[in-house]
Amino acid sequence: MEMLSKIFVEPFADMVAAPDFLMQVIWEGLVSGVLYALIALGFVLIFRSSRIFNFAQGIMVVFAALTLVGLHAMGIPAWVSVALTLVVMFIIAVAIERIVLRPLVGQPDIILFMATIGITLFLVGTGETIFGGENKVMITSELGIPTGDVVLEPFGGFLLLQHLDITVVISAALLVCALLVFLGKTQMGRAIRALGDDHQAALSVGISLQTIWVLVWFVSGIIALVTGIAWGARAGVSFALEIIAFKALPVLMLGGLESITGAIIGGLAIGVLEKMFEIYWGQPLLGGNTEVWFAYVLALGVLLFRPQGLFGEKIIERV
Amino acid sequence: MLYRIAGQFKTSYQKDQALFPVQQDAWLLGIILLFAWLILPLTASEFVFQTLLIPVLIYALAATGLNILTGYAGQLSLGTGAFMGVGAYACYKMVTIFPDLNLFIAVLLSGTFSAMVGVAFGLPSLRIKGFYLAIATLAAQFFLIWLFEKWAWLYNYNASGAIQVPNLDVFGIAVAGPLATSMAQYYFILIVVTLITVLVINLTRGNQGRIWKATRDMDIAAELIGINLLKSKLMAFAVSSYIVGVAGAMFVFLWRGAAEPNLFDIELSFRVLFIAIIGGLGSILGNWLGAILIVALPVILNTVPGVVGLEIKSATVEHINVMIIGALIIFFLIVEPHGLARLWALIREKLLIWPFPH
Repeated sequence: MEMLSKIFVEPFADMVAAPDFLMQVIWEGLVSGVLYALIALGFVLIFRSSRIFNFAQGIMVVFAALTLVGLHAMGIPAWVSVALTLVVMFIIAVAIERIVLRPLVGQPDIILFMATIGITLFLVGTGETIFGGENKVMITSELGIPTGDVVLEPFGGFLLLQHLDITVVISAALLVCALLVFLGKTQMGRAIRALGDDHQAALSVGISLQTIWVLVWFVSGIIALVTGIAWGARAGVSFALEIIAFKALPVLMLGGLESITGAIIGGLAIGVLEKMFEIYWGQPLLGGNTEVWFAYVLALGVLLFRPQGLFGEKIIERV
Repeated sequence: MLYRIAGQFKTSYQKDQALFPVQQDAWLLGIILLFAWLILPLTASEFVFQTLLIPVLIYALAATGLNILTGYAGQLSLGTGAFMGVGAYACYKMVTIFPDLNLFIAVLLSGTFSAMVGVAFGLPSLRIKGFYLAIATLAAQFFLIWLFEKWAWLYNYNASGAIQVPNLDVFGIAVAGPLATSMAQYYFILIVVTLITVLVINLTRGNQGRIWKATRDMDIAAELIGINLLKSKLMAFAVSSYIVGVAGAMFVFLWRGAAEPNLFDIELSFRVLFIAIIGGLGSILGNWLGAILIVALPVILNTVPGVVGLEIKSATVEHINVMIIGALIIFFLIVEPHGLARLWALIREKLLIWPFPH
């Protein structure tokens, strides 16, 4: 009885008793959810256009952030470093398409997945050799990202919003809008979507597979840079950042591998729910640190009822 | 030449379907077994045992387990590391609860625990397919590692949170713990690995193997011809996790000597997956070729700079190794996506028909 009350009654009583704390928890969850969603977006873009499950997205985030910090450390002005980092990400996109993807076109999915793990290892090794493995500080103030915080007082309580987090949420929203406009309104974007719908049909109307792949990986690189700046400003730049790639995977399961809407909603939902579970159930009952698996178990539960995720394309199988 | 099959006549269907339709294959295997059982252990140094022979055996066994699931039954799994952990912790608990238990029995029994856990996490495979399932197995990976950390009973409440292998002996010979010699450990592992490998070869060539392959190739079609998918998939999860669990128990008891939860993290899962894929999915031989490559590669890469005379900091060597291994994985995938086993099959084919090209 006591156990049941601890699981089903007390957490909710806590939530009602301290609504300002609940809002704080939700806000924190929302901010990390935005970042999960961003990484998941990178995955979805590549998966839609090439059916490649890009495991390297997480390391691309780290690599972009490292390159940016490393370039700045050489004395290059902040915004110029951003531009140079984008150039680097473009070179990586071209190299991946040329060296890895082109010879592997048409191979089974698992081989391509494995190849992206190979890319991950290569980028980890390269990053560590060039920039060293130690933790670095993101150049937050040089990029003009505001620091400091806003204190709100809902229900007579206390709610603290970091300027940094607000900036992250706003810029992520802008990025997503830009991406949606790009995919929906421009010729390139339509080509990407066409390729996602049907490879052969897209090829037959003259869409270049190679160009689109480079483009898609480059766009993922841009997303990776934004995510890297945001996450690096919160937690420092190191290879530990790679772990957020694992956070994006359940987001994909929950939202569906093909769906941009799914990635965004799934990311936000997982961000908020895992934070709430950790604070109200995980720490008092399970000894904490439940964030490492909660998202997976949640996604697994959802998947049992909807095998293609909440927004994924319906899986039709024929013999 | 070496593979001339002239004069080897098959007079019955059974002979044609035999394990070694070509006699030279049997000879080759005999030579390899001779090396594995006699020549290598008698000549190897401590370093060779610990960095090459023992890890190759253990990784090959783990990859065999994964290969049954991924290569034969077609269910991609990324949770191998955690299932190895289940085997190791189960073995640890058994050995500490029953100190008189023979280690052979403990190791073989510990697989049953990971088989049970594997079946539990395999249940979603009936609804979820492909990459969705792969991510679902990651749930097992992260959840189990977390459990190893938080459930103090598993490591007997010791302060370090790690498990330490006690001194154990089998029939009077020390095989685990600080007192054991590498050679005893090697033979212990070799016995278990040989036993399981023979069983697996038979299993995959028999009825169950055909059921798995049908499930892999297209599960709906398999269901239509009367294969019970529930049984087939769960059986694959059970057998695979059993073998992986046994490999995990030996990984800790006969090689590492101690284990922390993060020893079984996702990197271990990926290493085993590399071995299975680079070796060749759906091939028993491939696991061995892959294990040899993945285990030997870092050793070779570590010695090369010293031999050439380059002075590089060891940390840098470590980083460059990661880079080279990544590049080599991509290289091997491009050269032969079906793995080293396929490469060997091609070479053998060429040898059989030599000197003719076709």
